[in-house]
Amino acid sequence: MIISIASGKGGTGKTTVAASLASIIPESVYLDCDVEEPNGHLLLKPEFNSEERVEKNLPEINRDKCTFCGKCLEVCEFNALINLGSEIILFEEMCHSCGACVHFCPSKIITEISKEIGIIRKGIADGNVLFVDGVLNIGEVSVPPLIKEVKKNIVESKLNIIDSPPGTSCSMLEAVRESDFCILVTESTPFGLNDLKLAVDVLKTIKVPFGVVINKYAKSFIQMEKYLFNNGIEVLLKIEFDRRFAEAYSEGILPLNKYPELKAGFIELHQKIMKKMEIEKIG
Amino acid sequence: MGKDYKQIVILSGKGGTGKTTFSGAFASLINKKIVIDCDVDAANLHLILKPKIINRYDFSGGKKALIDNFNCQQCGLCESICRFDAIHNYEIDQLSCEGCGFCVRICPYNAIKFGSSQSGHLFECVLEDESKFYYAKLFPGEGNSGKLVSEIKRKALENISGEIKWVIVDGPPGIGCPVNASIAGADYVVIVTEPTVSGIHDLKRLLQLLNTFKIKAGVIINKNDLNKSISDQIYEYAEIHNIPVIGTIPYNTDFVKALINGANIVESNNKVREEISDILIGLEQEVNKTINY
Repeated sequence: MIISIASGKGGTGKTTVAASLASIIPESVYLDCDVEEPNGHLLLKPEFNSEERVEKNLPEINRDKCTFCGKCLEVCEFNALINLGSEIILFEEMCHSCGACVHFCPSKIITEISKEIGIIRKGIADGNVLFVDGVLNIGEVSVPPLIKEVKKNIVESKLNIIDSPPGTSCSMLEAVRESDFCILVTESTPFGLNDLKLAVDVLKTIKVPFGVVINKYAKSFIQMEKYLFNNGIEVLLKIEFDRRFAEAYSEGILPLNKYPELKAGFIELHQKIMKKMEIEKIG
Repeated sequence: MGKDYKQIVILSGKGGTGKTTFSGAFASLINKKIVIDCDVDAANLHLILKPKIINRYDFSGGKKALIDNFNCQQCGLCESICRFDAIHNYEIDQLSCEGCGFCVRICPYNAIKFGSSQSGHLFECVLEDESKFYYAKLFPGEGNSGKLVSEIKRKALENISGEIKWVIVDGPPGIGCPVNASIAGADYVVIVTEPTVSGIHDLKRLLQLLNTFKIKAGVIINKNDLNKSISDQIYEYAEIHNIPVIGTIPYNTDFVKALINGANIVESNNKVREEISDILIGLEQEVNKTINY
C-alpha cells in the first residue's frame, strides 16, 4: 500500500504531514522523493545505516575513430550532442541516457560510461520506521531517474509513505504515480488554492484517488472550502494556523511531538485513508 | 553585445519561503521592467499582479511515441531497447515515454508514430503600469517544465525594449532542471530563505549550485524572528561564503493577511512597503557591484 503526499505549491507542509504519518504508523516505510531538497531526515532524524550511489549512463565517443558523420546528432531528440567538425561535444544535462546514439552509430565507436547522479540513504527512524531518501548531486538534473531508484525501496507488505517534490510536472508525477492514495496538502491562501487545483487535475489525469489536508488553516479564506465542496473533494484534516507549530518545525521538531493535541488528527487521518482504501478495493 | 538591463532571479531552494511574495513586491516597486514567472509548475505571481493577457502561445514540450496496432507485428524489439520502461504489451505508456525516438527508429515495421503534442500555454500580459509580464501553464500530467522555462524566457527577452532596466524572474523551488533554466543569463540571484532547519539546509544546496555557475547571490531572510538561533546560523554561513544578507522581514501576521486576500504586500501595508523598498536599495547596490565583475 502506497500513500503519497503532494501539494503543487511548495512549503505547504508536505514533509510535516508525511513525517507525522510515518511517526504514528508503526513499521511504516517513509520515502523522501523530494530529491532536490530532501528535508524528511531533518524531522524524522533517522539513524542511517547504508548509502548507495545512483548512476546514469552517458555516451562516450571514441574521438580517434569518429568520422563525424553526424548520425548520433541526427538520432538525438534532446539536442545533447553538437558536431564541431573536429570533435563531437556532449551536453550532459541534456542527455536522457536513451542509448540511441550508441546503437545507431555506424562505426560503433560510442560506448557508455556511468556517472553518479546522487545517492540513496537508508536508515531507521523512531525505532521501527524504515527511512529512505534520495539526494540529488548538486548541478545534476536527472531527477525522475533518482526518484525511480528511491521508489525501488517500497516494501509491498508494509504501508509506504511517499513524500513528493512540489510542483506538478515530471518529478511530482514520477513520485505519485502508482500510489493507492494521494494526500494533497494545501494552505488557506489563493496560491495554495491555485496550485491545489493544478495538482487535482494531475491526479485526475493519472487516476490516483486523493483527499486534501488544509494546513495553516484560516477560516476567513472561504474560497478554499467553496472549491472543495463544489468539486466533491473531501477534507481529511485541517491544521490551524499557529505560530507555535511553525516554531517547532523551525527547530526540526515534528509539531505533533511537542503538541500532542495534533496527534489525534493524524491518527484520524490515517484511519480515514485506510477506510477509503477498503471501499476502493471493494468498488 | 551589451544589454542594458539587469536580470534578477528570485529563488529559494525550499518551497513556500516567500519567492512570489517578494517578486510581486519588487515588481510593484520597480519601474522600466519586465516580469517573468518561471515557476511554470505552479505559477502564482499572476494572482498578485492581476495582469491583462494580450497574447497566448502554444507550447509543445516534446514528442511522444505511439504504436500503430495495425502495423505492429509484436516482435517486442521496442520493449527491449526502451530505457524508460515505457513499453509493455506493445503499448507505450505516454507518461513514461520521454520522447527519445529510439523505438521509432528501430522498429523494423515502421509501426511507431512520433508526434509532438501541445503541452501547455504561454501568456504574454501587460500590468497596470504597462510593463510586460509573462507566465505559463502546463497541461495536467505534462512534464518538461525546464524546456517551458527556457521558452518563456526566450519569448520575454526576444523583443525587449532598450528602455528596460530590470528583468525580474520569479523562479521555481528546488535545484533541478527548471531552476537551471531559470538562472540562465541571470545577473544576480536573490534567495528568499527562512530560519528553519529545512530553510537553511536547502539554502546551502542552492548556494552550491549557484557557485558552480559563478552567479552572484544575496539572501533575504523571511520570518526572521521565527528562530533566532537558525537566523544567526544563516548570517554566519552567508558571511563565511561572502554572500550578503540584503534584508530580513519579521514573521508578520499582516503578511499572512495580505496573502489570504491575494493582495500585494507593498500595497496593503506601509511598514512592509518601506522595509522592502530598503531591501531594494541594498539589492540595487549589490547588483551594481557585479557590473564590472
